Amino acid sequence: MRYIPNSPEERVEMLEAIGLTSAEQLFDSIPEALRLQRPLETPAALSEIELLDKFERLGQQNAAARRASFLGAGAYSHYIPTIVDHIISRSEFFTAYTPYQPEISQGTLQVIFEFQTLVCQLTGMDLANASMYDGSTALAEAVLMAERVTRRSKVISSAAVHPQYLEVVKTYVQHAGIDLELADFDQKTGLAGAALAEAVDDQTAAIVVQSPNFFGCVEDLSALADAAHAKGALLVVAITEAMSLGLLKSPGACGADIVVAEGQSFGVPLSFGGPYVGLFATRDKYARQIPGRLVGEAYDKKGRRGFVLTLATREQHIRREKATSNICTNEGLIALAATVYLETMGRRGIQEAAHQCLQKAAYAARRIAKLDGFSLPFAAPYFNEFVVRGPLNSVELLSRLAKDNAIEAGIALSRFMPDRDNDFLVCVTETNTREQIDALVSALSEL
Amino acid sequence: MANVPEDLHYSKDHEWVRVEGDQAIIGITDYAQNSLGDVVYVELPKTGEEFAANEPFGSVESVKAVSEVFTPVAGAVVTINESLADEPEKVNSDPYGEGWMIRLRMANPGDVDSLLTAAEYEDFTKAESE
Repeated sequence: MRYIPNSPEERVEMLEAIGLTSAEQLFDSIPEALRLQRPLETPAALSEIELLDKFERLGQQNAAARRASFLGAGAYSHYIPTIVDHIISRSEFFTAYTPYQPEISQGTLQVIFEFQTLVCQLTGMDLANASMYDGSTALAEAVLMAERVTRRSKVISSAAVHPQYLEVVKTYVQHAGIDLELADFDQKTGLAGAALAEAVDDQTAAIVVQSPNFFGCVEDLSALADAAHAKGALLVVAITEAMSLGLLKSPGACGADIVVAEGQSFGVPLSFGGPYVGLFATRDKYARQIPGRLVGEAYDKKGRRGFVLTLATREQHIRREKATSNICTNEGLIALAATVYLETMGRRGIQEAAHQCLQKAAYAARRIAKLDGFSLPFAAPYFNEFVVRGPLNSVELLSRLAKDNAIEAGIALSRFMPDRDNDFLVCVTETNTREQIDALVSALSEL
Repeated sequence: MANVPEDLHYSKDHEWVRVEGDQAIIGITDYAQNSLGDVVYVELPKTGEEFAANEPFGSVESVKAVSEVFTPVAGAVVTINESLADEPEKVNSDPYGEGWMIRLRMANPGDVDSLLTAAEYEDFTKAESE
């Protein structure tokens, strides 16, 4: 699906073919009073040199982008190999759309099939869709699906799920007849697992848990799967830091029924929060209940392998209001970036990157915990994010570090949880150098 | 010509009802399965669920389309045909036998009186296909 420009002559020819003399006539059905009646006020065209200069100056205003960053909480800074941008910019691939026509879209369909396969391998699940908008909408869709599968309407979520994910889930379920309850996290460990296992009953459609959770703590998924299944409920696992899949036991191997994740960590730039890509995976037996697009492998009359959209009867263009989801599209281009990233890194590369995240985070946490006035309030194991409790209000602490030391040291938890004035969330990835971590520690010690 | 057994009751939505005491066995007709084409999935309710007459109780997915199936009589589900989960093609091969869908305990056994007889249903499908 390419952008095909046309010349003024071609436009005249097209207009003639439909019996019109100007493109304006196409808008005749819009009442006169509602039309703009003048050209849009767009600035005059710039030369390439002027344009580059303009954006250069705009870019320089973004001071935060040049600071050493320890920001995570759902969006992670990972290295993106240059091949990712190169491949996704190719005109054969450059579209956000899902291809309907297999006869002209085998390349894109094959990429989506590979994407689904990679998501299955990473999550340890049987089946993955062609992607969702992002991690949070994928989680909301998982909750709706759990209700369809179990025909139960109570969903118990960990309170240590990313607060913005919870907001999205609430938005989705508020008129869907689903009763969303929260199970609080333990103040000492930072884990919600025990409270979730306690709360599940035979009316529960699903337990929703994030791991590593919002505080970076790794939950015991196997125990939660057992607790959920004992009551006939599903275990829905959400992951904001997909890089953790390179190191932790897969949710599938732990017994999860639906796994959703934000795929931004895989070759997708932070770009102020989007577009990102949601991963959605489940068990084979729930194939007909999944939301979104699905690409399957097929064979033509002559036995040649090919790829097609499949199980489309779940979707709204066929099933109207009974569709499994109102999302009938996917994040094609971003899923492509994730696919190229994962195939470039390979199994060992992802493990290596995840390992570096873990080691560097452990180094940073260990050094910060030794500083006077600082502690780590949660005892559970973490991956590459951890909560730090400082000696003063964290909003003030963080803005001082940003201004005086050019370090974005973390995210103040008080933004989401008003009783945690002195707590902030620190994230360390493979892109943070030891010098940056040491500078962070020394800046904290000099406060 | 579609097969329309004499001893069953029929609905205009192309379901059949076989009455056994106060229970009703329900499936879709030969005419319906033939119009749908190869059935690939049948979605059925849970045991114990209650339905009013003419309410949808599930859906049938064929290679062409997804259609809801309606219960012509009111009642509570006693059993469902679990085997359709693995062998939905029974709906095509034996719509009045192994392709049955649900067994209801009827709320009002009188409901069947308003349904079509085999002859009436045959006329109805003839008129519909003309």
